[in-house]
Amino acid sequence: MEEQPVSDYGYQQYLQEEKLMGSRCTACGALYVPPRGRCSACQQTQMEWQQMQGTGKLAAFTSIAIGPPFMIEQGFDRNNPYCSAVIELTEGPRVVARVEGVDARQPEEIQVGMRLVARFAQRAVGDEVTTSLTFAPV
Amino acid sequence: MVGAGMSPFGMFADRDSKDLFLQAFQEMLHSVDRGVDPGDIEALYLGNFTNDFFVQQSHWGAILADTLGLVPRPATRIEGACASSALAFREAVFSIASGFYDVVLVGGFEDMSKQATEQVAEGLALAASPYERSAGFTFPGVFGAIATAYFDKYGATREHLMNVTIKSHNNAPLNPKAQFQQTIQGIMASRAVKAKKKGGPVPEWQDEKQFLGDPQANPVVAWPMHLFDCSPISDGAACILLVGEEIARSFTEEPLYVAGLGQASGRALHAAEDLTYFEATRRAAQEAYGMSDLTPQDIQFAEVHDCFSIAEIMHIEDLGFFKPGQGYQAVADGLTRLDGPKPINTSGGLKCKGHPVGATGAAQLIEVWEQLRNKAGKRQVPHPDLRFGAAHNLGGTGGTCTFTILERR
Repeated sequence: MEEQPVSDYGYQQYLQEEKLMGSRCTACGALYVPPRGRCSACQQTQMEWQQMQGTGKLAAFTSIAIGPPFMIEQGFDRNNPYCSAVIELTEGPRVVARVEGVDARQPEEIQVGMRLVARFAQRAVGDEVTTSLTFAPV
Repeated sequence: MVGAGMSPFGMFADRDSKDLFLQAFQEMLHSVDRGVDPGDIEALYLGNFTNDFFVQQSHWGAILADTLGLVPRPATRIEGACASSALAFREAVFSIASGFYDVVLVGGFEDMSKQATEQVAEGLALAASPYERSAGFTFPGVFGAIATAYFDKYGATREHLMNVTIKSHNNAPLNPKAQFQQTIQGIMASRAVKAKKKGGPVPEWQDEKQFLGDPQANPVVAWPMHLFDCSPISDGAACILLVGEEIARSFTEEPLYVAGLGQASGRALHAAEDLTYFEATRRAAQEAYGMSDLTPQDIQFAEVHDCFSIAEIMHIEDLGFFKPGQGYQAVADGLTRLDGPKPINTSGGLKCKGHPVGATGAAQLIEVWEQLRNKAGKRQVPHPDLRFGAAHNLGGTGGTCTFTILERR
């Protein structure tokens, strides 16, 4: 795979290839997902890409009944809420993403701590297809 | 601090930020016991989050200086999301402490109600991180997620959040400036009357918690945040006059002093140290306590940034009033009520006083001003000797936090 710049742009390019990538500091080993080009722990800038397994557990979640315009356009509303969440990856870092494959109408049934796996979702915006990170129950 | 005034908070179709700020300014001028010549004001520090988006107008510093007739005084607009005017207050303190100015005006304002609810939500979401926005998070969504992490860690439930809402609604009717003027009991009674008039079935709720648990009365916004867990859309303005310590008594016999103030930055939600507290609140509090040589026990009452019910519970822990994981029980035990040992959000809080975001930080300090000067009327904290009160303001999803301690000597 082509080496991408350690930035949000590079992160998104890897998502397009269905790869969840983080950056690891070559000096202190700190790991960041999404990537950081500069290590917040030791201030060094020598970062290298590391691919994540794409597994983790639910750290926090919400079922959103009133979403932003781009979610409403996708058909989500009070009768069709969606789940957004914080996911703790097996490698340690946390990411935010949608969780699919759970019933957002029954949030009482969704359990913090449940095991999740990454799913790459394609969405067409005009002529372009954007890949975004989502998760689903194992 | 020698003067303070604020507009009522609410939704005003016929009044814009200039109108509301002018009202706050007039009230501030009248509040200065020995009077102030507006011409003596040397500079303005004004907090506003995103009127640029809400009413498509920027450059508010100069506009308000002109509106108040204070041209050519320098006016600086400061943005820190919902903490904008607490930052303006802090910069004004520095400008006086440096010796550069002696008389400085601090203000905050926001004009939110001219847009549809979805647009307001979109405008507020500008303060979330790009990662949160692309994952579909709204502000209620972020605080909803934080609530699930808190529930999971400490065993709190939705019922504990309801205690915060009920308390805020008990305090607000005692505050004539508050947007909501009804207790939850009062709202239940009016809904029953309305239903009766319409000839429909009259709802029968046993108590406030049954009302708040009724999805018809209190619909979900972003689980577990329901309508009554969320602060409203508000318009409003607040205005404070700060002067150098050595000249304060020429304005009033009862100035308040800034005993300590702190500000800190926090990370995006996914990168937070922990999802059950706000790192930046803890750091800001540490700074303010250190500066003032005070401890959380010394703070007799406080305004905290209850943009959502769960937030109030987390703040009273982060500020050291209660231990981590014990805030929800403290609220349940009534410890934060107006007549409790640590009254929190006597104004009604953001939830009920209203939350015109850029005005909130200054308005919180005005509540502390009224309480410390024994001018809070029906919601006066029943303590014979109030000396220290504080205000905690939070911007975004905890990205900007401040803590300011005021003292009556």
